[in-house]
Amino acid sequence: MAQVTLRKIVKEYEGGVQAVKGIDLDIADHEFVVLVGPSGCGKSTTLRMIAGLEEISGGDIMIGGSVVNDVPPRDRDIAMVFQNYALYPHMSVFDNMAFGLMLRKFPKDEIKRRVDNAARILDIVPLLERKPKALSGGQRQRVAMGRAIVRAPKVFLFDEPLSNLDAKLRVQMRTEIKKVHQTVRTTTIYVTHDQVEAMTLADRVVVMNHGIIEQVGPPQELYHNPATRFVAGFIGSPAMNFLPARVENDRVHLHGDAWLPIPEARRARYASAVGRDLLFGIRPEHLTDQRLGLPNRADILITPEVIEPMGMETLVHFHLGEARDCCARIEPTVHAAPGEPILLTADMNNMHLLDAATGRVL
Amino acid sequence: MNLAANIHGSLRAERRWALIIAYVSLCAAVVIFLLPPVYMLITSLKTNAEMSNLQGNPWLVRSPTLEHYGTILGNPLFLTFFWNSIKVTVLTVIVTMVISVLAAFALARMRFWGSQALATGVFLTYLVPDTLLFIPLYQIVGGLGLLNSTWGLVLVYPTLTVPFCTWIMIGYFASIPKELDEAALIDGATWSQMLLKIFIPVALPGIIAATIFAFTVSWAAFVYPTAFITTPDQMPLTIGVVSTLVRGDTFAWGQIMAGALLAALPPVVVYAFLMDYYIAGLTAGATKG
Repeated sequence: MAQVTLRKIVKEYEGGVQAVKGIDLDIADHEFVVLVGPSGCGKSTTLRMIAGLEEISGGDIMIGGSVVNDVPPRDRDIAMVFQNYALYPHMSVFDNMAFGLMLRKFPKDEIKRRVDNAARILDIVPLLERKPKALSGGQRQRVAMGRAIVRAPKVFLFDEPLSNLDAKLRVQMRTEIKKVHQTVRTTTIYVTHDQVEAMTLADRVVVMNHGIIEQVGPPQELYHNPATRFVAGFIGSPAMNFLPARVENDRVHLHGDAWLPIPEARRARYASAVGRDLLFGIRPEHLTDQRLGLPNRADILITPEVIEPMGMETLVHFHLGEARDCCARIEPTVHAAPGEPILLTADMNNMHLLDAATGRVL
Repeated sequence: MNLAANIHGSLRAERRWALIIAYVSLCAAVVIFLLPPVYMLITSLKTNAEMSNLQGNPWLVRSPTLEHYGTILGNPLFLTFFWNSIKVTVLTVIVTMVISVLAAFALARMRFWGSQALATGVFLTYLVPDTLLFIPLYQIVGGLGLLNSTWGLVLVYPTLTVPFCTWIMIGYFASIPKELDEAALIDGATWSQMLLKIFIPVALPGIIAATIFAFTVSWAAFVYPTAFITTPDQMPLTIGVVSTLVRGDTFAWGQIMAGALLAALPPVVVYAFLMDYYIAGLTAGATKG
């Protein structure tokens, strides 16, 4: 068990391309941290640098308080689960899990005890004698996790472990991973491009983009108070709507005659933004069919282009002024049809205003 | 319905034609490749008198005999050739596999400056024919005092086998996912443990394919022993059979054929047992990327 600290970590490839541009991150003991971002954002590179599989070009990595920059992977006391499982194909499940312990010269009965224990946690006891090729994707992923658990390392590293599984199994394994973490409590760093995985698993989510950290925080914090346009657009599905806007007289002016009143509590916060080019951000779930009687609501008349009934809700796609691909979530019982105007209401308590030039949330 | 039947019919016709063409070409290939050994077998079973008799069908044996096999197996020189071939081949295979596996592991996995160029260079050396190499190699082997010695052959045969075997193994190692070595590194393996406990077992089909290749090449080598070996006690089968059973313009055809067939037996046995591995090993690099 240990904390992990990154200090000004840089990864520069030949030719001067920087994959990771000096990031700082403190991960507490027992914490489950998820690095999330689009492909090429540097999240996997960061994880591989922590594992020691990539050399770092600058900065310091500390595991359990000691700098491990030049420590080879085997001496970092970490375990890693890979996207394609990376099970040894010629070894049985038992041997796959025991390999790391055998190399470290653990006594036979201790190895057996640990493997049996991990197999019980992961519910793979009947599979111990099988070869990896006789396992399903989900079972392989469990074995890969078992291989990590038996070592009882300071840190678990997961590199997109669920990406090769089908959608249903992914949700199931996600819960498994969370359960395992609640049982063994090992500090965990988990990389994914799937914001749902990030939100559901993490104690804290680290959103990365273009080699820098955009924002770090608990899932709810990122969802309700994103710091940048990137985070606001990345977290949440369907994504937040962004509409060009200006602030005048305590109202948000979108386009034409669409004026939305700003709630009392936020007026001081937005006072400095008067007259600047802004983006009005609102999530589809905060742009719904009319619900009367709630405070701080503002009506917007839109014409749906596409209606997507999802069962528990209906997604309405439309464009509003210059903003294309806007989306709203309405009750499935409300009638909506393409081309028929419908009055939506925006929950202004959950609005965001962003500086159009810098992308910072005000 | 009609359309579907037509499509179905034409598919079946297409498949039938493909099969006919395949079988015809395969039969032609089998006949072309099997005729010489069959003729050798037939000749080896004939008496000397029957061989020199020009009457009758040469493809038929009227009075089969094993006399030539008896003669050649009773000839101590032939057994010496056999022993020399086995010794040289086994040693060559061992030397080749040790060098190839180590070289291929380094070239495929340990990225270092010039590793790509080196890998290409290894392959290029394979393109130089032995008929060209034996002249400079004669100087080298002579300089080492190993002319007319099976040890000289053990030294030079790897020049034929190592490049190709290294190339096969590079392809095979390259097809092993990178995550496997990373997992092993994190599990605590050193480079040598990774090679011994992960790479060699996983790449076993490739290693067997390379072993068979090395075995075949050194068993069948002709140019180098012809150039470097002069006395019968050091000769391998390939040149031994030819040089001792041909006296001037007298050919002991029966014994030559029997000897050649016996000499061809070990590779046949090896292939028969390891055929599947051989094919899997040669195609692995191609299909797994």
